[in-house]
Amino acid sequence: MIRRAVRFLDQRTGDAPLLRKALRYLFPDHWSFLLGEVALYAFVVLVATGTYLAFFFTDSTKQVTYHGPYAPLRGQEMSEAYHSVLDISTSVKAGLLIRQTHHWAADVFIAAILLHLLRVFFTGAYRKPRELTYVLGITMLGIALLEGYLGYSLVDDLLSGMGLAIGYAVLVSVPFVGANVAELIWQGPFPGTDAFFSRMYIAHVFLFPLLIALLLGAHLGLVALRHHTQFRSGPRQTERKIVGVPTYPGQTPRSLGLFLVTAGVLFLLGGLVQINPIWLWGPYHTYLSTNGAQPDWYLGWLIGALRLVPGFDLTIGSYTLVPNPFWGGVLFPLLVFGFLLAWPLLERRFITRDHGYHNLLDRPRDAPLRTAIGLGVFSWVALVFVAGALDRVDVMFGLGYTSMIWVFRFAIWIVPVVVGLAAYRVCVELQRGEETERERKRAEHRAKALAETTEVL
Amino acid sequence: MSRARDALVSAAVLLFGRGRPKLPERERIVPDGPARPGWELVALALLGLASLAALTFPVVYALGDHWRHETQYLGLAIGLALVLFGAALVVTARHLIVTEELEDDYPAEDHPEEQEFLVQVLEESGTRLTRRRLFVVSLGGAAAALGVAAITPLASLGPVLKTTPFQRTPWRRGRRLVDDTGRPWRADEIEEGTFYTAFPEGADREELGSAVVLVRLPQDALRLPPPLAHYAARGIVAYSKICTHAGCAISLYRTPLFPPADPKPALVCPCHYSTFDPADGGTVLFGPAGRKLPMLPLRVDGGGHLRAAGNFDGPVGPSWWGVRMKKAQP
Repeated sequence: MIRRAVRFLDQRTGDAPLLRKALRYLFPDHWSFLLGEVALYAFVVLVATGTYLAFFFTDSTKQVTYHGPYAPLRGQEMSEAYHSVLDISTSVKAGLLIRQTHHWAADVFIAAILLHLLRVFFTGAYRKPRELTYVLGITMLGIALLEGYLGYSLVDDLLSGMGLAIGYAVLVSVPFVGANVAELIWQGPFPGTDAFFSRMYIAHVFLFPLLIALLLGAHLGLVALRHHTQFRSGPRQTERKIVGVPTYPGQTPRSLGLFLVTAGVLFLLGGLVQINPIWLWGPYHTYLSTNGAQPDWYLGWLIGALRLVPGFDLTIGSYTLVPNPFWGGVLFPLLVFGFLLAWPLLERRFITRDHGYHNLLDRPRDAPLRTAIGLGVFSWVALVFVAGALDRVDVMFGLGYTSMIWVFRFAIWIVPVVVGLAAYRVCVELQRGEETERERKRAEHRAKALAETTEVL
Repeated sequence: MSRARDALVSAAVLLFGRGRPKLPERERIVPDGPARPGWELVALALLGLASLAALTFPVVYALGDHWRHETQYLGLAIGLALVLFGAALVVTARHLIVTEELEDDYPAEDHPEEQEFLVQVLEESGTRLTRRRLFVVSLGGAAAALGVAAITPLASLGPVLKTTPFQRTPWRRGRRLVDDTGRPWRADEIEEGTFYTAFPEGADREELGSAVVLVRLPQDALRLPPPLAHYAARGIVAYSKICTHAGCAISLYRTPLFPPADPKPALVCPCHYSTFDPADGGTVLFGPAGRKLPMLPLRVDGGGHLRAAGNFDGPVGPSWWGVRMKKAQP
């Protein structure tokens, strides 16, 4: 049976040599290498659940009156888009499960990408020859953020409308071109025309997913061409020799198992843990908003930045050059992504001057400056992220909102420096500790050898 | 009869029969290992439970129409099925097949001979051209020109370079202020200590220039700057409801109702907590807004209804480059 199938395929496609290589391709075994895989599998779940949701979604802002099963909203004017998502949540069988799973998968997708990025960053996996793989990954992270934002904006509930208004304001704040680009996208000033929702829809279900899929293909292709990196876990691992488990039989059940468990956890979350109960938010109108609104977690750093910036527009006379949302909504993410993209180059140019070819990973302590700068930037973004939730801290712990904002306006500059210095010190101490340990072992060894010789004598 | 017995026997063999496959004598690629009947049983049990959970899904789907927790049961069924199946595969990987730790060479850093070949082909392919540089420039130029032509239709998406829509609002002198059901607001309905939303009568309420907030302040609390002094009507002031920072609706009115009556009343946007002073023409008290809230001049007509006495004193909505130059237009 097996022999006949193998022969049939080989005689028609000539794939046997290729498959032989693929089957015995080696995967180094370390748990942190699975984070990227989790992102990949979350993407698969997103495509599957998203396709299902698309069968029921209406991309229209035409206003209709609700007469559906959810009593509190009956008689309210709402867009067909919001109406259709209400129907998915209340009337379509399994619709709520799929919708919540889709939303959870988006949150997990971006979380997994971020953790994967941290692993790659702090182990120096982005070094030559893997810079392109790294750049593709950062690009996918950026697109994933936009894709997630479009996804929850399409629902047209009160929160998504507020999010769109903010997105519009951030776009029009771009000097010289912002307002014009926004007019193109919205077909006029906010809230735009019905055409805007069709555009957002095709971008969310076709353009961006296709882009992610293509970049993902290139990303994985590059990984396969260059093989995985590996930790120096033994004498067998070197820059020239990779040690690992072959695709088949070792890696395949592990990987499939991880896929199934990831999908299973996402469906369990989708079924058991409520997320974005849109029927509670109500429909969006430009003149409505609600307190305590928070975006999905991955946009928390942007709302934090928008809230922290002191109130000023950059003006020349009576002419506004740079409106305020530009600083937090455009400049801040550009700086963070710019840093991530430029880091491999900066490190090579100014720190290591290392043009070598690397297959072995560093531990964070092996590159103290990288670890210090990385943690500094990371804590900077993390603090701004926390600043986005200070209104909830105010509600829960009664600390004054305005005073907390003032503290954070300073803390986001001081804390990263402290974190960076501390991280540098810790790395250096760890290195010294290892050196001492090695010396102790050598001394013990010598002493033992000496003792043995004396005994013989 | 004998066929039934055969089926029974095969089923019994399938369930209880044991034996490892016999392969021809040869050098192995995948190393052998001891049998692990216990772990095999665990994997089989996990697969069985996974099938059970998976089959629960269609059952709940068919019967669960009026169950209170249908979504939860559906999620449990499919989620557990996937997790159990995954667990069975992990058990298989860790205990039932050999985990080989093999070595392989990393691919070579580069291939100088192949690189040389590529360079040579590229260099030699253009030797018949006599004006090579011009040719290359022309190729690039034609491609760029085509690119410009290809993206031109994108301009149909919306108005380009037309900023008048940003300044337009539906307000004009004499227009009545109505509530969200279209009923005109009377000046004596507006009380202190809370805020009201009003729209221009008969206009599209979704336009950013439409909605205004109304608050009544004690006469002695009003400190409007001279150019706006006549904008209030009987202590009632009206401001655009759209925050000048990021375009959200201003839906919070901070107004302490009992001592300590500090901080003073303010209009607050819940998106980024830009805080505006209604007593002072809408100036920014706190938060990221870089421009004051546009104020709408009011008057009270003979019937006691509120009417606009003109348009806003500045452009409505989030700031964009150049926004300060232009005034709101009717």
